[in-house]
Amino acid sequence: MKHGILTDILDYSNRANPYPLYEELRKTPVFHDGDGPYVISTYFDIQSLLHDPRLSSDARNLAATAGDPLAESGEEGAAALPPSFLKLDPPEHDRLRRMTNRPFGPPHSPHRIDGMRDDLRGIVTGLIDNLGDPGRIDLVDQFSYPFPVTMICRLLGVPREDEARFHVWADTLAASLDPDPDSDPTERDKTTHDARMELGMYLAGLIEERRKDPKDDMLSQLAVAHGEDGSMSTMELLSTAALLLIAGHETTVNLITNGMLTLLRHPDVLRQLRETPGLAVPLVEELLRFEPPVQLLPQRTPLVDIEVRGVTIPKGSSMWLILASGNRDPHRFEDPDRFDPYRKDIQHLGLGSGIHSCFGAPLARLEAQLALSELARRLENPQLIEDPPPYRQNAVLRGPRHLYVTCDGIRS
Amino acid sequence: MPDGALEHLKREGRIVVVGASLAGLRAAETLRDKGFAGSLTMIGDEPYEPYDRPPLSKQVLLGRAGAERTALPRRREIDAEWRLGVPAAGLDMAARRVKLADGDEVPYDRLLIATGVRARPWPNEAEAELEGVFVLRTRDDGAALARRLDAGPRRVLVVGAGFTGSEIASACRERGLEVTVAERGDAPLVGALGGVVGAVAAELQRENGVDLRTGIMVTALEGDATGRVRAAHFSDGTTLECDVVVVSLGAQRNTEWLSGSGLGAGPRGIACDAGCRAFDIRGIVTDDIFVAGDVARSPHPLFGYQFLSLEHWGNAVSQAETAAHNMLSESTDRRPHIWVPAFWSTQFGVNIKSVGVPPMGTEIMITQGSRAERRFTGVYGYQGRVIGAVTFDNCRWLQFYQQQIEATAPFPPPFPTVDRRPEGQKALPADFPDPSLPTHGPTITLSGYSPADRRMTFTPAGH
Repeated sequence: MKHGILTDILDYSNRANPYPLYEELRKTPVFHDGDGPYVISTYFDIQSLLHDPRLSSDARNLAATAGDPLAESGEEGAAALPPSFLKLDPPEHDRLRRMTNRPFGPPHSPHRIDGMRDDLRGIVTGLIDNLGDPGRIDLVDQFSYPFPVTMICRLLGVPREDEARFHVWADTLAASLDPDPDSDPTERDKTTHDARMELGMYLAGLIEERRKDPKDDMLSQLAVAHGEDGSMSTMELLSTAALLLIAGHETTVNLITNGMLTLLRHPDVLRQLRETPGLAVPLVEELLRFEPPVQLLPQRTPLVDIEVRGVTIPKGSSMWLILASGNRDPHRFEDPDRFDPYRKDIQHLGLGSGIHSCFGAPLARLEAQLALSELARRLENPQLIEDPPPYRQNAVLRGPRHLYVTCDGIRS
Repeated sequence: MPDGALEHLKREGRIVVVGASLAGLRAAETLRDKGFAGSLTMIGDEPYEPYDRPPLSKQVLLGRAGAERTALPRRREIDAEWRLGVPAAGLDMAARRVKLADGDEVPYDRLLIATGVRARPWPNEAEAELEGVFVLRTRDDGAALARRLDAGPRRVLVVGAGFTGSEIASACRERGLEVTVAERGDAPLVGALGGVVGAVAAELQRENGVDLRTGIMVTALEGDATGRVRAAHFSDGTTLECDVVVVSLGAQRNTEWLSGSGLGAGPRGIACDAGCRAFDIRGIVTDDIFVAGDVARSPHPLFGYQFLSLEHWGNAVSQAETAAHNMLSESTDRRPHIWVPAFWSTQFGVNIKSVGVPPMGTEIMITQGSRAERRFTGVYGYQGRVIGAVTFDNCRWLQFYQQQIEATAPFPPPFPTVDRRPEGQKALPADFPDPSLPTHGPTITLSGYSPADRRMTFTPAGH
């Protein structure tokens, strides 16, 4: 029975382990039910479609979204920001991504991420130092959650004294991605809207300041950039900054938390990581395959009728590409349900592929590598208190809401 | 093969690899991976362990990496006997022995030939000897040229605007050196990518301050009293003062050592079947001699079974792996080498990548991006199907077009894409030069048994 499998995937009771549902889904590689989305679940199909220029990421090319439970309600429009490059096609996407990359990565800024190593290590050390009672730690609230948002503040150049305010807005926006079903939706939308407005106003002010007095941070560099691609308007800059904040935050929280959860379920690997911190590099890649923070991409649509495995997907249909399912495809990965940080053939889809592949990947990798190797080194005999842990509502950006851990002590 | 012979070969056979560069090394690693426990001999004419050539025209010329730091990363231990600095000089197929230039003979049970190509030298030997005249193929070439560029020459002349020549010109400009490029064709890269894309490459060079001269030949190089090059003479009667000349006229296949051996080897390389087994001059496939890399020519089902000779990094790796696999396999376990041609280049800050066989194309359509912005995807068509594609700073789409080639998809592509511009609405003539006219070495040589081209010539036996 395939009826309702998408409902099952979205159903909260399956959040802790959606993988058997994906396995079922792969039996119908192009799944379509009624007026719902076309769902692609095998590795090679997803890989191909991510490089297919007939597919658009621009919601304006969607014909009908009535049957897509993940279709956006348009609440983001409330802040009236133009779409970020995540939701644009070339050439607009390319222009904005190129400009954003200039102060971020090679070829123009090859040292930006590497230069943040000490900062990263300092934040990780501080958070672990302050974990408090080793008998009951919530790794999400006390570690995975504050870490990336602090990093994004440093990257953008949010002054230290404003970081606390930034955290509050980030929390509210993150909560909107993960709504508590018992809360009042009107109240929720208002809180989200207010946070978005306040964050926008704050960033707009900061951008103005940096335009006058640019520093070395990314926001300054983006604000004063003018080259072959022109300059970013304040609106473009705001939506880019919002993208970096949201996309770089929730995903990294989940990557780190999924990582610790997986390690605690594989104590041998945890021990090996403690003994060999360098294992963190391949381990994070395997983690991106095994428990990817972004489970699926729900926002592609074909510009023309396309055929996938003999199924015609009409122009304008909504499509889901289930990255987490492709990562467990036995036609691509040997013994895919086994977590094996020594896996050699590891071209996973955890960071996407093609022109929209994860912009922040180098930062996310470094954050996760440092966080996991330090946690492995410093937590003494850590154990899960609750398995599976309580998950967030969100089926797309999937991860535990809390990860309660007990350990014998914290090494220095 | 008689029962047990293969197991015997794997256990205590003798495999000789002639050519200790990329293809030879990857083949050796694959042999060991597949459980070959016998003796392995690596023969190479250069004194160095296998190194990577692409950086020689890029990072090495820019001074970012020393030529001696280009050693290829190893995938595993290969436990081989290395005979480096001694070229192979002959082959006795009946006795199964490779003769070395120093007189030694090395016996084999299986032979892999991966001798590659060398730079085509300046045809006038006396002029080629002038100080300041270079070619660029080997580590020593790269080191010598980089040293010379370090010394700050007043003007560099690059003869031939293929990929290597264009990359050299790019490195010179990046170092702030004055550079002239002389090309017999109408544009740089025209042999590999055609005139439509060549025009973009020409603009790129000129915008970056290259003195590009096309439709012209260098007729003579002139030295001063001390034997240093001081000027070049062109076919239009002009003269250019220059103190460095880099000859980039393509490559010649290293097959001379096989002449008289009875193997089907000649100036176009060594013909082999899709399983990398070499043909002898009678057109009969051998069972114990395999070929891989730049020196091989093998039939490709996607391209009309034409024998393709590819000077591509990826081809060398893939063909070496296939050859090694087949050397240790029973006939039904053998695999064909059906790699889709692909290559890349970096020049003037632009990343150029290609798949398929653009020179087979008669038409081109710019399906994404714009030539004026130097960011585009061009798709080549041949007899109504997609046969190749090229990207300038647009490589993330290339995989899609590779699949179009593999699926023999129709040309022109009958669908819209993201980033389609007005110039991408219809196909243009691809504008390749007449292949019978000699030009700088194209990246791909087409020849073989197709009805359109029966000019297959083997070097005759005996001298």
